[in-house]
Amino acid sequence: MTILAGLQRRFGDAIVETHEHRGDLTVVVARDALLAVLAHCRDDAALAFDVLMDLTAVDYVKFPGREDGPRFEVVYHLFSIAHTHRLRLKVRVDEDDAHVPSAVALWPIANWLEREVWDMFGVRFEGHPDPRRLLMYEEFVGHPLRKDYPINRRQPLIGPAS
Amino acid sequence: MGVGSFFTSKLDEAIGWARKYSIFQYPFVTACCGMEYMATACSHYDVDRFGAGLPRFSPRQADVLFVVGTISHKMAPVLKRIYDQMTEPKWVVAFGVCTCTGGFYDNYATVQGIDTIIPVDVYIPGCPPRPESVIDGLMKLQDKIAVQAQRY
Repeated sequence: MTILAGLQRRFGDAIVETHEHRGDLTVVVARDALLAVLAHCRDDAALAFDVLMDLTAVDYVKFPGREDGPRFEVVYHLFSIAHTHRLRLKVRVDEDDAHVPSAVALWPIANWLEREVWDMFGVRFEGHPDPRRLLMYEEFVGHPLRKDYPINRRQPLIGPAS
Repeated sequence: MGVGSFFTSKLDEAIGWARKYSIFQYPFVTACCGMEYMATACSHYDVDRFGAGLPRFSPRQADVLFVVGTISHKMAPVLKRIYDQMTEPKWVVAFGVCTCTGGFYDNYATVQGIDTIIPVDVYIPGCPPRPESVIDGLMKLQDKIAVQAQRY
C-alpha cells in the first residue's frame, strides 16, 4: 500500500488532496487533523518520518488561479532515515485566521523553523514555547516575505530610512 | 608662512609617512567578500608589503576598519559600536559593492551603503573585488593617510 493511499484510508476527509509526481508525494491536510497526521507519520513503523527536513510557507495572494483560495500554505518536508522516503505535507490557512498548531513537541527543530515562518509570513503557531521573531529584529513591523510587503520599505535601526 | 608652520608641515609629512606603512586593520567580515579579503591578506598578494600585514582583532588596537561584506539593518548598531570603539586617528574602508551601496540587495534587510551609518574613506567596488582592486584601494588609503593634516 502506498503512503498516500494509506494516509487517505486512515484519515479520510482530513486529507484534502493528494498528489504524486515522479515519486514526489504531496498531501494537503486539514488544519484540525494536522498534528494527528504528523504524529502518525513520525510514529508509524511503516512511515517512520523521523526528520523534519524543512518547514516553510507560501503566500498565494494574487497567484494566478488561486485568488479566491486560502492565502497561505504552510509546508512540511518529512524524511525517513530508516526507509529513505520523503513526504510533503501542506496546510492551507487564510489571512484572517493565520494560525497552525505547533509541531515543536514532535520535532524540536520545528522551534526555529516555526519562528522563521512567523517572522517572514506572520503565520502564528499555537502552542509554540517561544514565539519570537527569528531573523528580523524585535522593532521590525510587518512580515517581509508577504507578497504585499512594500518592496522599497526600509526599517533601519540606525541611519536614514532610504 | 613662518618658521613654525614649516616645522609643522615637515612633522606632518613624517607622521603621515610613518602611519601609512603601519596600518593595523580590523577586518569586520560578514559575508563572501571575506574570502577575497583572506586571499589578499595571504602570501600570494602579501599586504605586508604595504605595512598592513597584521590585522588586530580588537577595534581598540586598530586604526583602519575594513568592512568586508553585506551589512544588515540588524548588524548596523554593532558596526557603529565597533567604529566608536576605535581610537583616533581612524579610517574606514568599504570593501565590496554591498558595503558601498547595498549592491543588489535592494531589500528590506540590507543597509544601502555603510556611509549611511559611519564615514567612509575608501570605497572598493566589486562583487567581490579582486585582490588587485583591494591593493589599489589600500594604496589610495595610504596616499590619503600620507597627506592628512595632523591635530596636535
